[in-house]
Amino acid sequence: MGEDILKGLKDRDPRGIARAISLVEENDPLTDRILSSLDDSLVDSALVLGITGPPGAGKSTLTDRIISRYRSQGRRVGVVAIDPTSPISGGAILGDRIRMMGHALDKDVIVRSMATRGRLGGLCAAAGAAVRIFAGSGCSVVIIETVGVGQSEMDIVRLADITVLVLAPGLGDDIQAMKAGLLEVADIVAVNKSDLEGAETLAMDIETIARGSTGDVEHPAKVCMTVASEGKGLDDLLQAIETVEAAHRKSGERRMRRDRAYDLEVLDWAVEMMKPSIIKRIESTDHDRKGDPRLLASKLLEQE
Amino acid sequence: MTDRKKHRVLIGKPGLDGHDRGAKFIARALRDAGFEVVYTGIRRTPEEIAAAAVQEDVSVVGLSSLSGAHLRLFPEVVKALAAAGAGDIPVLGGGVIPDEDIEQLRKEGIREVFTPGTPLERIIAAFRNACEEARGSL
Ligand SMILES: Nc1nc2c(ncn2[C@@H]2O[C@H](COP(=O)(O)OP(=O)(O)OP(=O)(O)O)[C@@H](O)[C@H]2O)c(=O)[nH]1
Ligand SMILES: [Mg+2]
Repeated sequence: MGEDILKGLKDRDPRGIARAISLVEENDPLTDRILSSLDDSLVDSALVLGITGPPGAGKSTLTDRIISRYRSQGRRVGVVAIDPTSPISGGAILGDRIRMMGHALDKDVIVRSMATRGRLGGLCAAAGAAVRIFAGSGCSVVIIETVGVGQSEMDIVRLADITVLVLAPGLGDDIQAMKAGLLEVADIVAVNKSDLEGAETLAMDIETIARGSTGDVEHPAKVCMTVASEGKGLDDLLQAIETVEAAHRKSGERRMRRDRAYDLEVLDWAVEMMKPSIIKRIESTDHDRKGDPRLLASKLLEQE
Repeated sequence: MTDRKKHRVLIGKPGLDGHDRGAKFIARALRDAGFEVVYTGIRRTPEEIAAAAVQEDVSVVGLSSLSGAHLRLFPEVVKALAAAGAGDIPVLGGGVIPDEDIEQLRKEGIREVFTPGTPLERIIAAFRNACEEARGSL
């Protein structure tokens, strides 16, 4: 079965690509061979775009429009759409795809939904691998959509070369989002639903904050007004993406982000791999379960 | 992060009827039973559902229909999956389906057929069995 999947992946067969992602997501022994079979130059040259923002801001709708734009340039596009796993049942409804079904029959658009599965680190590793598999199978643009609420989602954003923060008026989350430091990770802010009241004010607030103490004063995030549901503002947004990409390539920022993303994945894997042995050590250690758990933790880490 | 037992299914709604209460109800019930459920929304063609099922690497496709077009649409999804090289993905279907249609649908490759009277536990068990079988055969 493994050889079939490797061959399918090599032939860019949709099923082969999809199976390969599942195997990596499940940490299958074949993972190494899958990832090392990919064309590094393709992975290196692809644009990895992070789309994040509060629930319902219009991320998927905007992603759908961005896909159309890149498709009209003849580029093959991959999307990794991440939705949260219910902490109670462990299940998830993966619904981002609904907004992108217009591309379902386009062989050069691949959408893969992924649940967070409650794993902090592993998700980055799985999403990162999916991004590489897409890029390695010819997607010159790979988009990661994720809800920007928690730390794990923020980490995922680091997998991206460029991050677009999508906000919308009336969600009430805008100020929250800024507090959560989302603005700091954003290269571009799309004020979506700008057909609705409050968009102008929101854009002005963001401009102020982006130029202020929390943002990167030298490179404040560019603010674009969009109406994703009508496809408005896309020229501006695509232009902004292009500008940031060119600047990042020139300044070395892009290389730096890629390197950082790689190291982050290494860290995630390392933590995942260490877990079982640490659990064993905890179980085989006599301890009275009193006092600072960190003390025991650091003791256990020292015994190699 | 090894999580082999996580079942991925797709819930699709082929055809033109605009209500997806039934499909959403099942999607939520499956989520609450621990499944990862890819939901594709209403008014999908069989080919779109098949393409999504392939890209998402789901173990099972569940279809919902209220329009009465199930006799045509469900088998079309089976055929579309086969055409997409995914004929091994089992298809389950539910909706307002008269008893006399059930045998016909089974003959045309719908593995299980649910009607409004089918207990939810039976539906979930059918999805679980189909997922476990699909995985076992890999
Ligand atoms: N008025 C208006 N509505 C929009 C716009 N863009 C998206 N919407 C609507 O906003 C709702 C949410 O859109 P999605 O694209 O699903 O938002 P999302 O951020 O991906 O949502 P989650 O993935 O659930 O967090 C949908 O009903 C869209 O039709 C817009 O520019 N203007
Ligand atoms: Mg979405």
